[in-house]
Amino acid sequence: MSNVDVVVTGLGATTPLGGDVASTWDAMLAGRSGVGPLTQEWAGQLPVRIAAQLAVDPATLIERVKMRRLDRSEAMALIAAKEAWADSGLAGSGLDPERLAVSIGSGIGGATTLLEQDDILEQSGPRRVSPHTVPMLMPNGPAAWVGIELGAQGGVRAVASACATGAEAVALGLDLIRAGRVDVVVAGGVEAVVHPLPLAGFASMRAMSTRNDEPEKASRPWDKNRDGFVLGEGAGTIVLERADHAIARGAKIYARLLGAGITSDGFDIVQPDPECRGGIRAMRMALTDAGLTGADIQHVNAHATSTPVGDMSEIKGIRTAIGDHPILTSTKSMSGHLLGAAGAVESIATILALRESVIPPTINLDDPDERLDLDVAAHKARPLEMTAAMNNSFGFGGHNVALVFARA
Amino acid sequence: MATREEITSGLAEILEEVAGVNPDDVAEGKSFTDDLDVDSLSMVEVVVAAEEKFGVKIPDNEVQNLKTVGDAVTYIEANH
Repeated sequence: MSNVDVVVTGLGATTPLGGDVASTWDAMLAGRSGVGPLTQEWAGQLPVRIAAQLAVDPATLIERVKMRRLDRSEAMALIAAKEAWADSGLAGSGLDPERLAVSIGSGIGGATTLLEQDDILEQSGPRRVSPHTVPMLMPNGPAAWVGIELGAQGGVRAVASACATGAEAVALGLDLIRAGRVDVVVAGGVEAVVHPLPLAGFASMRAMSTRNDEPEKASRPWDKNRDGFVLGEGAGTIVLERADHAIARGAKIYARLLGAGITSDGFDIVQPDPECRGGIRAMRMALTDAGLTGADIQHVNAHATSTPVGDMSEIKGIRTAIGDHPILTSTKSMSGHLLGAAGAVESIATILALRESVIPPTINLDDPDERLDLDVAAHKARPLEMTAAMNNSFGFGGHNVALVFARA
Repeated sequence: MATREEITSGLAEILEEVAGVNPDDVAEGKSFTDDLDVDSLSMVEVVVAAEEKFGVKIPDNEVQNLKTVGDAVTYIEANH
């Protein structure tokens, strides 16, 4: 436990469900799927021809010349961070730029830029390679661009922990404020790799759903007929602020970030520990950090990606670390798996669930796995008054992150 | 052979595409950096696009001498 309280004062997102937080949240509550067919010419040759692509093209929001210098992930991070910043009311508030940090990571970084420029290198030679290539593909690019946009001088961080990145970036933000290094952190994650190479790579691992004929039904966490995750793209950012700082300026407070737990499996580069031991330790660590026990958690926004092994090991973990009472959901059933953005967008869903007393649904849970012995908000949003909720994120490499939020 | 006016207007097209410069602002006396706000990375793009458009080679050690649009027009006129 820390004696510095940290609160959430701004939210921003661009996802397959909507171009901002409000439209994304409305789509979640309505149980809409953001997954659709890939209509690009290159998709024809792939075993996986579905993905959850952005609802709103960043190019419609950022001017053309600036877009030439931005990887898609950087453009998306800017859009989400600008929304969160405007929402926080911190613009023009007199915040010392040295007390403002950015913590935005990505699982894969500017891979599409790397691959497109490699095509140019192969076809036209080195002189035709864009001089913007390196700042576009570097994994700290999204955080750095947001730092420039906001004038942040308190440090720009870019953690990378695969599908746990967004959550770990939020956890780092919590640490930075508690340590007294800054007063405000714009934290989150981004991913934009809907490109044939990452798709082919994930498909070769047999990690992805091949339900190409029914894209909206492909992401089905905990369902008996789940056959892998659906790749999605998106960005989520939240503004974390020292509580007394937020209260002093009369800020709107969405929720409190009470604690975080970060562990590693030390087990396998891609396989989750079937007993979820690392996940259990992360959840327990987050609870201790929050000064709570499992009994205090009413809801878990689970990592559950719709893969055969991972979904069930997390159920064991939640049961062991928290108990059999929390109501679960996996918003990935609607958004697809946003990889490095998942933990950030799902933190936003957790925060809004607490604030609005309603858990967004898990769609496509038509025929639950018989080992699913916890209550899931299946098919329809579930109204529930809550005081505290957890968001889990796990990543290739054996990364486990749990975040505990509480009602403001 | 392109005229100086044709080369200037060709450069204006490139500058608009690469750096968002208003073509009406492009004239021989204008400095790329001071007047047209073209930064060093955009200048690299302008040079590569100009090589392609006008069929010239502009070596890196020449680029530093091309301070104004007029300097570039003169170089392209002499070398294409």
